[in-house]
Amino acid sequence: MQSTKRKPFPFHIVVFLFPAAAIYTLFMAYPLLDSLRLSFFDQNVSGAPVFVGFQNFQTLFGTPQWSGHFWNALQNNFVFFSIHMLVQNPVALLLATLLTAKRLRGRAIYRTLIFAPTTLSVVIVGFVWSLILNPSWGIFDNILTGLGLGSLIQPWLGVPGTSLVAVSLMSVWQWVGLPMVLFMAALVGISDDLIEAARVDGASAFTVFTRIKLPLILPTVGIVGVLTFVGNFNAFDLIYATQGALGAPNYGTDILGTFFYRTFYGFQLQPGNPTMGTTIAAVMFVIILGGVLLYLFGWQRRIARMQGLS
Amino acid sequence: MQKMITRRHVITLAAIAALMFMALSQAHVKAAANVTLVIESWRTGDEAVWDTIIANFNKVHPEITVKFQPTKPDQYNGALSAKLSSGTAGDLITCRPFTLSLNMFKAGQLADLTKLPGLENFSTFAKHAWSTLDDKSTFCVPMASVLHGFIYNKDYFDAHGFTEPKTYEEFLTLLEKIKAEGSMTPLALGVKDGWAETSMGLDNIGPNFWGGQDGNNGLLAGTRQYNDKGFLAAFDALSKWTPYLGKGFEAETYSDSQNLFTSGKAAIFPAGSWEISGFEQSASFKMGAFKAPPPASASKCYVSNEIDIALGLNAASKNADAAKTFLSYVAGQEFETAYSQGLPGFFPLGNYKITLSDPLANTFLGWTQECGSTLRSSYLLPSPPNGTTDVETDLWNNLALMLSGKQTAQQTADTIQKNMAGWFKPDASMSATAAATMAATPK
Amino acid sequence: MSRVNLTAQNYSSPVATRIGQFQMGNAARAFGLHIVLLGYSALAMFPIILTVINSFKKSGDIFGKPYTIPTGSLFSLIGYQTVFKRAEAFLYLRNSLIVTGGSVVFTLLLGAMAAFALAIYKFRGNTAIALYMSLGIMIPIRLGTVSIIRLSSSLGLTGTLQGLIFIYIAQNIPLAIFILSQFISEIPIELIDAARIDGASEYRIFALIIPLIRQALFSVTVFTMIPIWNDLWFPLIMASGDETKTVTLGVQTFTGQFQTNWSALLAALTLAMLPVLLIYIFTSRQLIKGLMAGAVKA
Repeated sequence: MQSTKRKPFPFHIVVFLFPAAAIYTLFMAYPLLDSLRLSFFDQNVSGAPVFVGFQNFQTLFGTPQWSGHFWNALQNNFVFFSIHMLVQNPVALLLATLLTAKRLRGRAIYRTLIFAPTTLSVVIVGFVWSLILNPSWGIFDNILTGLGLGSLIQPWLGVPGTSLVAVSLMSVWQWVGLPMVLFMAALVGISDDLIEAARVDGASAFTVFTRIKLPLILPTVGIVGVLTFVGNFNAFDLIYATQGALGAPNYGTDILGTFFYRTFYGFQLQPGNPTMGTTIAAVMFVIILGGVLLYLFGWQRRIARMQGLS
Repeated sequence: MQKMITRRHVITLAAIAALMFMALSQAHVKAAANVTLVIESWRTGDEAVWDTIIANFNKVHPEITVKFQPTKPDQYNGALSAKLSSGTAGDLITCRPFTLSLNMFKAGQLADLTKLPGLENFSTFAKHAWSTLDDKSTFCVPMASVLHGFIYNKDYFDAHGFTEPKTYEEFLTLLEKIKAEGSMTPLALGVKDGWAETSMGLDNIGPNFWGGQDGNNGLLAGTRQYNDKGFLAAFDALSKWTPYLGKGFEAETYSDSQNLFTSGKAAIFPAGSWEISGFEQSASFKMGAFKAPPPASASKCYVSNEIDIALGLNAASKNADAAKTFLSYVAGQEFETAYSQGLPGFFPLGNYKITLSDPLANTFLGWTQECGSTLRSSYLLPSPPNGTTDVETDLWNNLALMLSGKQTAQQTADTIQKNMAGWFKPDASMSATAAATMAATPK
Repeated sequence: MSRVNLTAQNYSSPVATRIGQFQMGNAARAFGLHIVLLGYSALAMFPIILTVINSFKKSGDIFGKPYTIPTGSLFSLIGYQTVFKRAEAFLYLRNSLIVTGGSVVFTLLLGAMAAFALAIYKFRGNTAIALYMSLGIMIPIRLGTVSIIRLSSSLGLTGTLQGLIFIYIAQNIPLAIFILSQFISEIPIELIDAARIDGASEYRIFALIIPLIRQALFSVTVFTMIPIWNDLWFPLIMASGDETKTVTLGVQTFTGQFQTNWSALLAALTLAMLPVLLIYIFTSRQLIKGLMAGAVKA
């Protein structure tokens, strides 16, 4: 055993890593990284790539036709992400806390029902919520009228003020199950003795949650946060399915994923522009990588230090 | 005990893995005796028509198997471009009109079909959307055109004594009357999808204001602008529709509009002729159609005749000969008859005498006799060279803003013109070609 | 522990006491709990039920009476009839099951092996490899599509289900490693050392820890299964032929360019969501039990 460990690269590590690394490199990492190269190229008249350095990035940030769309999509993406952080994850945490309550009847049923939307395809999510929010036969407007809030009714998915929020909430509705499951796993890991001790001291459920549970599940909060970030800045399907490649209305729901797709593959009469599309993807990559590194070297180190102290 | 379970665990996993790969590789063995052609198309829902066409074709050519493999229209362009670049696209490619297909031809993805037997049955006009700008090379076989107009609920019109409007002024008065009557939304049109108010709004009524194809040619040559008198009048005329659209029309999708009309909640549907078969299936009332009404001051009427769909050959196809045999068949009368009968509202483009049995389709077709035919202006324009927003997309967004009351007709027209002027170099030769081809139109 | 003691000292703080006074009785608390959970369950299920009930109506009735339960003359099976006539539902289902099942099994196996290596062994380049293995989820997958398909094509994998399986394994390995290595690193090192002293090989140790992370394997199953089952893009580009069509790709047959056959579409969507929902219900029992049992108590 010892002798294996002293070698710089023991054979069994290769055996464990190689199959995953090989398939991943061949079918994912290499094609993606190789494609990213295109962001430093432009296509000449005959379609052959010509190296142009950072020129595409200058075009993206320096010309109003491009930068306007880019900053708009980035801003929308931040709103999209913020709504997930402020609604999806707290709701997931609340549901997970309730579902891990002691002596809860029907736990399995609740859990299954609440998780069910996560298994749906975007086609269903888009169809059903468009039906519910439809200005002509949507039930949501009837509910508002019933509550005496009829004056608030809007063409929800059709006006810039509400469409981005509405689509974000549709996405929250669909995906809340995943962080919920992760939070549940972390919450049941907390020692019962600790909570009982606090209870005996007269602490309320709220106090137990904020003072004991929350600090202990901070690592999971971090994981959920970074997964939300990565998922949201790479999001595409739901917006494309409900609001189209243009992020209607008037780019009000356009995020980086739709902006990239439209540019790379073209749209209606608009031929695709692979080099500029790749440039957008490269910027997305930098943003997401930045977020992940911030998590790894900021948040995770700090958590590790805190836990090291304890 | 624990050890036994884990070993069994691993062995099972490995066995499943091995079995799966064996099963999969066996499943894939298939014999390829005949030639099989695959058609790429955005026309999901046309399977039944193609079943008939392919059966007819196989009576003559049983050795060629043809598969119609459509992709959802909103996925088609992206999927096709990925498939063509990676070499997995089908043999036969359904062609969008003008720029997109022209670019694919220039990139060597579509084969040159200029000498294809059967293409002589088409006028230069019919072939123009799939030919180089000088009309010397053609790369797709024209299949059909569609016409614009308005479809209305005839039962409702009759019940209230409303009649088809002859002029645009009468049209607006009619809309006002329907609104006053109150039981129906006057116009089934929403701006959520963008293309509806562009194709069925501006491209439908506009040519009567800007002088049809002459106006389009003026745009190409640089003698006319989107914000000059005729074009501006068209934007202005469209902006008058706002009060007559349904509740929450900002969020109304194209399919919502269809459902509003066919369920009897809206009186008039600004339409393309492609609606005919679907509407006839789902509406339980009688329908009529009237053409885009010209303003009273106009001396001539125009009908928007959109050459829309064609079939080309993937330049990388390994079955080019069989594919050409099929394409020649598509250029023939038997195909055109089956296609236009199977899809009422898709009108044949070849120089054949084909009688249509559908009365609504015949109403639409009749307009091409009394009015000048014209193409969509935004489709004739090239697209910006660097992949920024083209005129059609710009129209989708800005017309939605205009109808939502966020900007005036003047502001809308100015924006379109300003954005276009940023990249478009007018070229008199393009308009000359378009003028010549229009003059040659048989209809 | 010091951290917990620190917080425990604060229990007598005025704020905490005031909140403590609001503590409800057990019955009232349980009641409130059920109200919230029932409410959210209704919110989660309502749209799904809406899809299912409308799949039993004719297209016209879907928009005429979308919220009515289909009984009597409103009830129609036309959508389901169209689906089974027009689409080879069972073939598509078989394809989806093969692709999803194959991808998940291999993602689990290869992901667990790699996660084991990264979590257990300290070797040079460990962090770099871990970071490299997570790059895949940071770049839009549609960017690499053309390269991926060119490669598959040169390996003769286009138009086959194996090709899809390879792509999905590659696509899901980052997430699998991310989750599994978290769990493996929580296994007490003493356990592994004890096995080594007993003379177990490294492969044997890997086999030994598999049951210990069974729970995490189930959660990876759920996290990867759903996107694979619902993916439209790769089946569309790479295996759109009739023999290799998946359920998700088959469903789109019913949305037309201009006319959509709504009752057939909803019937197809209902049928398409059933298998994945059933698989979830079966695995979720294991998943949650596993998650709860597998988590190391803090």
